[in-house]
Amino acid sequence: MNAANGKVLRALEAVTAERAEDALLSVRGLTVRFRLRGGRGVAAVTDADFDLAAGECLALVGESGCGKSVLASALLGLLPGNAETSGTALLAGASTDAATRGAGAGPDATDLLAADEKTLARTVRGRRVGLVPQSPAAHLTPVRTVRAQLEETVRALTAVPRRARREAAEAAAGRAAFPAGHLDRYPHELSGGLAQRAATALALIGDARLLLADEPTTGLDRDLVDRTVGELRRHVDEGRGLLLITHDLAAAERVADRVAVMYAGRIVELAPAHRFFGPIGPRHPYARGLLDALPERRFTPIPGMPPELSDLPEGCAFAPRCPRATALCATRPEPRAGVACHHPEDARA
Amino acid sequence: MLELDTVTAGYDRRAPVFRGASLTVSPGESVGLLGPSGCGKSTLARVAALLHRPDSGRLVLDGTEVRAWRHRAPREQRTAVGVVFQQPRTAADPRLTLADLIAEPLRATGRRAEAAGRLAALAPAVGLTPDLLARRPHEVSDGQLQRACLARALVLRPRWLICDEMTAMLDASTTAALVAAVETYRAETGAGLLAVGHDRVLLRRWCDRTVDWKECLPVGRTP
Repeated sequence: MNAANGKVLRALEAVTAERAEDALLSVRGLTVRFRLRGGRGVAAVTDADFDLAAGECLALVGESGCGKSVLASALLGLLPGNAETSGTALLAGASTDAATRGAGAGPDATDLLAADEKTLARTVRGRRVGLVPQSPAAHLTPVRTVRAQLEETVRALTAVPRRARREAAEAAAGRAAFPAGHLDRYPHELSGGLAQRAATALALIGDARLLLADEPTTGLDRDLVDRTVGELRRHVDEGRGLLLITHDLAAAERVADRVAVMYAGRIVELAPAHRFFGPIGPRHPYARGLLDALPERRFTPIPGMPPELSDLPEGCAFAPRCPRATALCATRPEPRAGVACHHPEDARA
Repeated sequence: MLELDTVTAGYDRRAPVFRGASLTVSPGESVGLLGPSGCGKSTLARVAALLHRPDSGRLVLDGTEVRAWRHRAPREQRTAVGVVFQQPRTAADPRLTLADLIAEPLRATGRRAEAAGRLAALAPAVGLTPDLLARRPHEVSDGQLQRACLARALVLRPRWLICDEMTAMLDASTTAALVAAVETYRAETGAGLLAVGHDRVLLRRWCDRTVDWKECLPVGRTP
């Protein structure tokens, strides 16, 4: 009960924060296209709009291959060369404090989509945006110990003097609940959960206000998932903004203030987490189908499979799998009140 | 019956991952084995799938004790067990199309002629379209590749199915679809299932009974 109340409060606070235009990250019309050989194109992300406030967690959920990870890569400028992006993604300036709040993203905001590689590499990645990667085992350097990698990151991102680096690295490990006794181990000697924490520790060193977590719980067992998302939530409560990209709805439910559901490259529903997971439930039929597939609910899959991003239908991309589809769905629904659907479901009794 | 009897196994004889684990699955039964990551449940699943030779202990498959593992195991024992792993990417040959991937066990056992018929039956059962069957692993999503890996495990009509964290990488809808495909196959053939995982909610919903890893170990030997 207390937890539920806390979640409602958090959501309310998040909404208030948004009204105050205290957006840490403000994304408008983010679109990513991949050009393929033979003139084909892949519409990986289309017209994504969302804001993320400090102290807020937005969970971006959807089936694998719906474009979630591409969105995260776009924000960090890590897309391959054949990608074309458009839209804006304003990241609030490093100096944004109480005095400049209320002025939107602030005058020294950076557009992550327009910034050049030098700006991204020197001022954004690690310093203003921390990435908690999808597979920590692949993210860590296999031939160096965790301590060496933490110290290297401390040297690269902070002004900590050489003699204090060891201490700073240990403090960073502590913040991510990585046990000090394992610092001298190599990545292959770590369990999945510890590797995840090592990667989180690296992401926290630059003290970035925005954290991007790309499937941080994939392959972890339930206890570790709970612990990982609990730790992420702690960093949010300390005032960071967290964009959590996941297909794990249970993890999203535990940590998120708001939920964005992505289908075929578009955000089809954006809702407060307490409404989305609560008795009222989601309004987009796809979001509802996704929840109903959970083993603790109806355990029924959504019929069919997501469309190919290289061959999207003209109208609503979900219509071929949708129980509520009509002739109207041959035209694309514009998002209204956070739902992009011609026939949104009514609130569940 | 699939009987694992006081099995000790690991990757270093001096320090086995676990000692004396026992587990029995009756014909047609589905058992969910629950345990935290790193406890050894996947190693036990590999023993049950004839993929890892235990240091000691017995595996009895339908009344016949298994005496050889991996490629040394007699074909009728090897083909009686189908396996699906957690990571479809590392369990699939990147050079094969999904159709060839699914038909590979038939080719390996000299039953290539059945391939077309089995593919036609299995592809719709696991939700793969002809367009996807012509692609290679790098051209499909994790969920689509895992569907192919499940079809590959079913292509020889095994009497036993071992699913080691089959759905850990997948979203809710794909998970429900793959579990439904496994259950349809079991309803048709009466095959037994050992599903290994950490998701209690999922395995309770899926299996006839669930077993905690601790219950498999001898009393007082829990690490």
